[in-house]
Amino acid sequence: MAAILFYILSAVALGATLICVTRRNPVHAVIYLVHAFFALAMIFYLFGAPLVAAWEVIIYAGAIMVLFMFIIMMLELAPDQTTEGPGWKRWLPVLLLSGTLVVCTLLLMFADAETASGVPRYYASPRTFGYALFKEYALAVEIVSFQLLFAAVGAFYVGRREKRKPRRAP
Amino acid sequence: MIVPLQHVLVVAGLMFGLGLACVLTHRSLIMILIGVEVMINAVGLVLVASSAFWQQVDGQLVVVLLMALTSAEVSISLAMVVYLHHRKRSADSDAFDEMKG
Repeated sequence: MAAILFYILSAVALGATLICVTRRNPVHAVIYLVHAFFALAMIFYLFGAPLVAAWEVIIYAGAIMVLFMFIIMMLELAPDQTTEGPGWKRWLPVLLLSGTLVVCTLLLMFADAETASGVPRYYASPRTFGYALFKEYALAVEIVSFQLLFAAVGAFYVGRREKRKPRRAP
Repeated sequence: MIVPLQHVLVVAGLMFGLGLACVLTHRSLIMILIGVEVMINAVGLVLVASSAFWQQVDGQLVVVLLMALTSAEVSISLAMVVYLHHRKRSADSDAFDEMKG
């Protein structure tokens, strides 16, 4: 059951990634990449990493892709949408991918409910995960927090507005 | 482990190759960054699978650190995309092929 789900989900992830990297419109690419990330998150859950799966959805599909979308819309990088052919053909791949993902999610939920026998499906509970992260890997956590601070300062520096110079005409 | 590790490695390798092809073929800076994201996620898939294979939690911890690293990378590179777009009114990598201060 889990193996079949893995193969279906990896096919969805690879297909969504393939469609994503062949798009010219970056908005479409981001939408397909979100599908790939959802499939990857379910694969992570199947491999016994529920916390990483949740963070994959929250951080990658939720935050980073929204940041991409925000920049694309702010800089108006997407080309003007031209009407090409009937509408349902353009909706077909995204509907197919998201439908497969929804079916896989339901299967996963019901399979979990059936095989609930007191033994957790995952071996890394959030408790052991947190202990390992903040005891063995405490130095790495500190270094990563420094890195995030540097990234924030760098983003401020790159995005600052020049006060003195008159702005060059576009 | 629900599937053999080789199958996971094949999937992750294909995904990494797709990301690399995206970086190499596209000219838009946004699409290049999307290719980088795809490659990083392929690496994360390998890490989680190996963590399940050896029944250790370390792989998942490295994935979490990788996510923090990715968010830092994306924030600063998108800030640079905005800066470059202000300079040249273009997010095409061919527009930045000269090296002057």
